[in-house]
This record gives sequence, C-alpha cells and structure tokens, in this order.
Amino acid sequence: MSHALFSEAPMTGGRPDAPPLLYGVDLHKAFGPSRALDGASLHIRAGEVVALMGPSGSGKSTLMHCMAGIVRPDSGRIVYRNDDLTTMSDADRSALRRTEFGFIFQFGQLVPELSCLENVALALRLGGARQRAAEAKAAEWLETLEVADVAAKRPGEISGGQGQRVAVARALAADPSVIFADEPTGALDSLNGEKVMDLLTASARRMGTAVLLVTHDARVAAYSDREVVVRDGRTREGEPS
Amino acid sequence: MSVAQTLLGLLESGPRYGYDLKRAYDERFGRDRPLHYGQVYSTLARLLKNGLVEVESVEPGGGPERKCYTITDAGVTDVEHWLAQPEKPEPYLQSTLYTKVVLALLTGRAAAEVLDAQRTEHLRLMRELTRRKQQGDLADKLICDHALFHLEADLRWLELTAARLGELAKEVRR
Repeated sequence: MSHALFSEAPMTGGRPDAPPLLYGVDLHKAFGPSRALDGASLHIRAGEVVALMGPSGSGKSTLMHCMAGIVRPDSGRIVYRNDDLTTMSDADRSALRRTEFGFIFQFGQLVPELSCLENVALALRLGGARQRAAEAKAAEWLETLEVADVAAKRPGEISGGQGQRVAVARALAADPSVIFADEPTGALDSLNGEKVMDLLTASARRMGTAVLLVTHDARVAAYSDREVVVRDGRTREGEPS
Repeated sequence: MSVAQTLLGLLESGPRYGYDLKRAYDERFGRDRPLHYGQVYSTLARLLKNGLVEVESVEPGGGPERKCYTITDAGVTDVEHWLAQPEKPEPYLQSTLYTKVVLALLTGRAAAEVLDAQRTEHLRLMRELTRRKQQGDLADKLICDHALFHLEADLRWLELTAARLGELAKEVRR
C-alpha cells in the first residue's frame, strides 16, 4: 500500500519563480595545495531536485558538503533561508543539520546494531519525538518505501536495495527541508537503483523537500529537474526542463 | 552530417580550391566515406548561390577553370550557428559530434561548449523519457529504458571526449 500523501506526486518540482531555499555564492575551498572549489555557486529551491555532476575530483562532493554545513568553505557565502552557514557556530550548524537537513549516502550507513524500524525511529527521536510516536511514524515510512517486511531485521540481514530504501525512509521521516544524497544508488543494480530514485524523488516532490543529488550516473541525474556540472571546482548550470 | 557546414568550416582557415577542400575533408572526416568530386562542386555551387562563399580567384588551365573559394561573413555566421545548435539526440551521432568538436578546435572556438550543449540536450531528453517511464506501463518502461541506455552511452562518450579535449586539440592543430 502506498502512503496516501504521495498518491498525487507531481513529476517535477520547484517553482522556477520561487526564491532559493539554499544557495552558495563564489565558494572557494582548498585542502592543502589542492583547490577543491574555485568560485563555485549553486542554488536550490523548495521541492526541486538538482543533480550535481562532474568528473571524479571535480569538487562536486566538496560542494555538497559545504552546502550541507559539514565543511566550512575558505570564502564565499552559503545561505539557508536567511541564515549564513559560513558565520554560524559549529553547534548551530550541527543543530541545523539535525533538524532541517537529511542525508543519504552510497552505503546506507544504518546503525548495524539497531533494527530497520529503530534506525528510522532514531532520526525522529533525535528530533524530540516520543518513542511510541517515532516508531509509529517510522513504520509508516517503511511502508511507503515498500520495505515494511524488513522492519524487525538488522541492516546486515537485508539486501543493499532494501537497506538503501530504509536509508531513504530515515532521511525523509524527520521531514527535512533539504536532502543531500551522495551517490544514493552507487552500490545498487539498475532495477533497485530505479526503485530507490522513483521513491525518493516522488516522496520529496510531494513533500516540497529539496534534493541535492551527487551522481556520476546520467540515468540517476535524469530524475532531477536540472543538473549542475562541476568542473575544476567551478559550476555551470544546465537549463531546467 | 552536414557536408556543407563542414566544408565552410574548413574554408575558415583560408581560401582553397575545390580539390584541396575535398582532400582536407577526406583526410579529417571521410576516411571511410570520401566525398565524390561531384558532391564537392555541387555543394560549393549551392554555397556560392546562397552567399556563404565567394570565388576569390580563377586560374585558367588546359581543362576547366580552377576556382579558389573563400568564406563570407554570412558563411562564418552559418558555421557558428551550426556548431551552437545541439544535434537531435539519437544513437550513432558520434561522427557528427566528432566533426563539430574537431572543427571547433580547428577554428579556435570553445569545443567544451559544443560538448556541454550536447550534454544538456541529452539530459533533457533523458528526463523526458524518465517521466514517461514513471507514468507508463511496463512496455513503456522497456522502450524508454532502451533509449535511455543508448543516450547514457553517448553521454559517457561526451564525458570522455571532454576529458581528452586538450590532447585532441594538440593533435588536430599539428
């Protein structure tokens, strides 16, 4: 059974006239002598899915980490709603990541000792939800992502595709404004990758959640509303379609 | 592939006789399918009529006169427009794209922009197919997948060529 919320999910998201929810301007970042970002800029609107593409070492992961407040750029501004992430304290950025942002990585990064249900509920508990309410909502999300049957299993007992769907459920359950997904289907076969992307983008668009997607896979990027190409630490935005 | 625009692009480096143009074309783009003389001269006649080339000089000889052609400003604009216009994405377009990239390098234009415009166009079509897949039945999904995998292969070629542009530039300008 599908979640009622998503029965009318639009196929594209992000109104082109809406102001950006999150944007970074003229970002520079070096790691020792290596210049990872060299004047990159990027913006994303609520409900929009943006794919960050580029060759290995082009700076796309660094750009995503800066936008997510994980890495502080050497210069440039990153603004989420009206707050400048580059001038925030570490504690404030951690709080922002916990309450406003969601993360999906190539290998789900679920807590191995917890069941799938507990993994999803944990994200809600960290946001202040009571255990029973958190578990009820987690169960609902596992059902939406079509993995309700693995709720009691631990990550080591399920397939990669199922694990990634649990990771998507965990990211969406806390109702973030922005999801950062770094090669979310990189470890999956075509069919499972497609399923994860279908569920992730349909859910995010319906909820108005922005998704910033790092990928080198054009078929994954094709789920986005537009792509931004990163080369030598600089960005070039593609046309929305 | 457009023979007319390719000949125009080759004329950008300087005036040439029809025979020299054919040789330059065959050497760079026509190894498997060299141009017929008739095709070269009929194309040049059409370009002349359309004001895209001019006859710079005529050399009388024992046989027919040899005409030396030069590109006009309108011809340069025509090449410019052709290079900027992405090809309709379809399988097996690499030879056209390859020609565009080489000509862009030969004429000092930004070959990376030719590749970027094509990548944008490919991804636009891939998005369209992905949406159709999400709304369609299994038959639709399979048909779209077939096209998507072909387009993905093209995109890989675009990526690889972008990564090798410096190397290719050295080779074509040698």
